Amino acid sequence: MRNLCVSIACAIILLSSRASGGSDLTPLLARIKAVASEGKGNPAASAALKELIKQGPEALPEILGAINDASPQAANWLRSAVDAVADRALSGGKSLPVKKLEAFVRDTRHSGQARRLAYEWLVRIDDRTPDRFLPDMLDDPGAELRRDAVAVVIKEAQEYFDKEQKAAASAAYRKALTHARDRDQIQLIAARLKKLGVEVDLTAHFGFINRWQVVGSFDNKKGVGFHTVYPPEKGVDLAAVYKDKDGVALRWQEHETKLPLGLVDFNKIYGNLHGTTAFAFAVVTSPSERPVELRASSNNAIQMFLNGKQIFGREEYHHGTRMDQHVGKGILRAGRNEILVKVSQNEQTEAWAQTWTFQLRVCDHLGAAVPLVVEKK
Amino acid sequence: MTRILVAAIVVASCAFGAAVHAEDSPQFRGVGGVGVAETPLPVKWDKNENIRWKAALPGRGLSCPVVVGKRVFVTACSGPDQERLHVLCYDVASGDKLWHRQIWATGATVCHQKSNMAAPTPVTDGKHIYALFATCDLACYDMDGNLVWYRSLEGDYPTLVNNVGMAASPVLWKNRFIACLETSGASFAVGIDTATGQNAWKVERPKVINWVTPLIIKNHGKDEVLFQGPSDVSAHDPATGVKLWSVAGSFSTIPSPSFGDGLVMAPGGKMQAIRPPSGDDKAKIVWENAKLATGYSSPLVYRGLVYTISTRGIVNCADALTGRTVFSQRIDGTFSASPLAVDGKIYFVNEEGATTVMQAGAQPKFLSVNNLGDTFLASPAAAGGALYLRSDNALYCIAAKK
Repeated sequence: MRNLCVSIACAIILLSSRASGGSDLTPLLARIKAVASEGKGNPAASAALKELIKQGPEALPEILGAINDASPQAANWLRSAVDAVADRALSGGKSLPVKKLEAFVRDTRHSGQARRLAYEWLVRIDDRTPDRFLPDMLDDPGAELRRDAVAVVIKEAQEYFDKEQKAAASAAYRKALTHARDRDQIQLIAARLKKLGVEVDLTAHFGFINRWQVVGSFDNKKGVGFHTVYPPEKGVDLAAVYKDKDGVALRWQEHETKLPLGLVDFNKIYGNLHGTTAFAFAVVTSPSERPVELRASSNNAIQMFLNGKQIFGREEYHHGTRMDQHVGKGILRAGRNEILVKVSQNEQTEAWAQTWTFQLRVCDHLGAAVPLVVEKK
Repeated sequence: MTRILVAAIVVASCAFGAAVHAEDSPQFRGVGGVGVAETPLPVKWDKNENIRWKAALPGRGLSCPVVVGKRVFVTACSGPDQERLHVLCYDVASGDKLWHRQIWATGATVCHQKSNMAAPTPVTDGKHIYALFATCDLACYDMDGNLVWYRSLEGDYPTLVNNVGMAASPVLWKNRFIACLETSGASFAVGIDTATGQNAWKVERPKVINWVTPLIIKNHGKDEVLFQGPSDVSAHDPATGVKLWSVAGSFSTIPSPSFGDGLVMAPGGKMQAIRPPSGDDKAKIVWENAKLATGYSSPLVYRGLVYTISTRGIVNCADALTGRTVFSQRIDGTFSASPLAVDGKIYFVNEEGATTVMQAGAQPKFLSVNNLGDTFLASPAAAGGALYLRSDNALYCIAAKK
């Protein structure tokens, strides 16, 4: 009964909106975008969605546009509406508004996800769409469109390589490397370039920090250290001397890692400790203020701080690692910035639970290393 | 028809409503989640024989196909970080794709290489399909692929992350979608209103990662939902989430319990048979058998016997009421999928694509080995006389061609 009432209300809103000459879809889209945590707003959004998917394909650009400022939750509601409307149109023999969808894809002010969704519907109805779009998308701000554009260049490079045109292959792979942002593509390109005699410094290319000041070890028996605010978290003083739980003096020391992709192995610095916590600290200088992502991976519990503010924390031990698995977002100031990482090891004794490591890079939202200088002590 | 199947159908009719029938396979391990169906299946097949259809999938998945009426549903994931989550619907008779929907992952996509983001099996009440992913994205569609509601559970509970990969499948009971999401961060069981997608109840669970699918049983006329954790098996009221009883012990966090002959078969380092409470008798473990230990697959209770298959292919069989070992026999392959019993036969699907068909009973008698040469980790589903096998890249419908 409640759902019926909400549906009727949506229909009335739609009709009154049409009568007033406003955008037909605005109130429906607003109801969908209002969904919040724990399903708040779901009944109203569900009723609005029912009305939305009755629209013809001409509504697609507006629904796609609504994804731009939608929450991740609302974006999934809206993409379902796009798919349902487009599906229904095609199965009913109608055509999609190709020119408007193409314009939407080319307009990089729109969300990368929404543009990609529109692009995929264009591909569905015309398999020549990639040839028209991808050559111009090597610098696309949308991750997936850019990825496909890079894939085309990688394919070209491989074709040169297969024909033993090594100079052309090398040039094409370098071009792909310049534009690639996804780690699998970058690692593939670097491996192919290596076969051509070109070494790529992936640590630098990805923007991993490999020179840190480190201090440890602080207590993490029974996991207490993850939740304890230790002195470095209140402000880093590289001259400070701290004490561990047994009164042993702890001092900052410089650590430059030679391990691949900036991996810092605390076991190599402090021995194979358990129930322990260590910190790594770096000062980086940025030429400008900019949004930034600190991307880390670790098999241990980890917290990241940017300029004294915690931007990420995850208390999970030995459950698997993948490059960039942890992402903290913040603003890099013009000039001096402080990055602090807290890595806690637990007390598991299994052979697979002995690692106490992390790696961290500084990049933009697509994964490109941002220009910065890591200060020496 | 066996007592188990009757019990499963009774539970299913209560749990799913009239739109799901005994011929369907609406959830992980089919009706009642016990891996038992009745309509005979082919005993022999290969790439050319008895393949009614084969459909290419857009990505990997460990989830089982679910079948209701004329539709079969399957989930998959794709993309460099498995960030694309797919729900697909096929026509049972022809294998034609009826619809394909996608959502963007909003939760973490890190997992063990053996798993992936399409690990939990979806569940259907015959009117809607509820697709839960390892990212804790949850979408409810109608039978025509229209979204009814959607939840980002990691968005709601940001520490709901398991970097090995979530995998417990959900179950349905009347108007409750029930999932047990246990991690070292947020850890809870939740009953979600199927009409709105909003929480009807939510109870805390131990902060330990766990992949066990809940089990709904009928105990003295009342439905109970069971959650198996590393240190206990507990029963809750599916309507409210209120805890009813529990049995302490050491239990597995990967294979899921099964139910038959009035006993809950709870896997672990050893199989433990739990008799639910009755009158003044508290729930208790009535037998244990260490030979019945399993790695990934769940136990099967069928016609008075309990069967397990180890990761390395040892089929163990015991008397369901006493736990006394009946036989132990090796078959070829590595096994992740749970066994399926249909029409007096048991189907064991190995990771290398071979399905061994065994006559059910106290004497091991193997009827066929059917090789498709593909990678299978998902448990098989049987519905309407067809066997559905899901590989890393395809969905197979094995049945006599119509």
